[in-house]
Amino acid sequence: MIEANPSLSASEAPNAALFYDQEFMESLRSQMVKFATLQVQDAQLAEDAVQEAMLSAYQNIDKFGRQAALKTWVFSILKNKLIDLLRKEKRTTVASQLENGPNLQGDALMDHLFKENGHWQKSERPQKWDDPDHGVENEHFWRVFDACLTALPEKYGRFFMMREFLEMATPEICHNEDISVSSLNVTLYRARLRLRECLEDNWYQAKESGS
Amino acid sequence: MMNCKEATQLLSEKLDRPLDTKEKVMLGVHTAMCSSCKQFGRQMEDIRSLAKQYSKGKQTEEKK
Repeated sequence: MIEANPSLSASEAPNAALFYDQEFMESLRSQMVKFATLQVQDAQLAEDAVQEAMLSAYQNIDKFGRQAALKTWVFSILKNKLIDLLRKEKRTTVASQLENGPNLQGDALMDHLFKENGHWQKSERPQKWDDPDHGVENEHFWRVFDACLTALPEKYGRFFMMREFLEMATPEICHNEDISVSSLNVTLYRARLRLRECLEDNWYQAKESGS
Repeated sequence: MMNCKEATQLLSEKLDRPLDTKEKVMLGVHTAMCSSCKQFGRQMEDIRSLAKQYSKGKQTEEKK
């Protein structure tokens, strides 16, 4: 892909140099493939979308100013491609197929968080979070956030990312994925419960006890 | 009376659909009395905005 367009030299577009950094590109590519596969549930489609996104980023590199956010920018191109893919093909995957994973989910999750009468377990009550603006400036926070996302059961992560990252509307997700609105809402609820707990345990609380 | 399980589910669904009047009232009554769920509600909004920053560019990291 890179060799395909040797006329664009690194000196013409400083950011293009990053495309020659094998280590950086390989790590970026594998993150993108992981993300895309989760969304489209098809390794080949995902691989193609990633290739196209990277090519498109490379060809338009001169329009892009800040090197630090190259990854974000390439991801945003990929996101648009994934949305197109998801819209084009009504997915045939049955959502329930994905309800696996080593993590606490479904009723086990609910029992872990709530007592029988539906009130919070004492140890699980939400604690006050510092204004997230303090945290979001911190590289470490985003590593925790990343890890918490990765730790979500696959189905939770997939729908959460569709809703929050690809910003697809509920009816569209339901239509594409062939699930009911109420079942999507419950899945998103549980994904947020898990993510919230993970962030609290690994960032907000951890930070407090550490300092 | 709404319990915390039901309240937290509505606090999540609020991000995905408009709540109806009855749900709003019940939720309002619950969160007025339950600081844990009130906290949870704020955190749902935080998570949404964090997700937005995460996917949109993490520019806040660079602003300082």
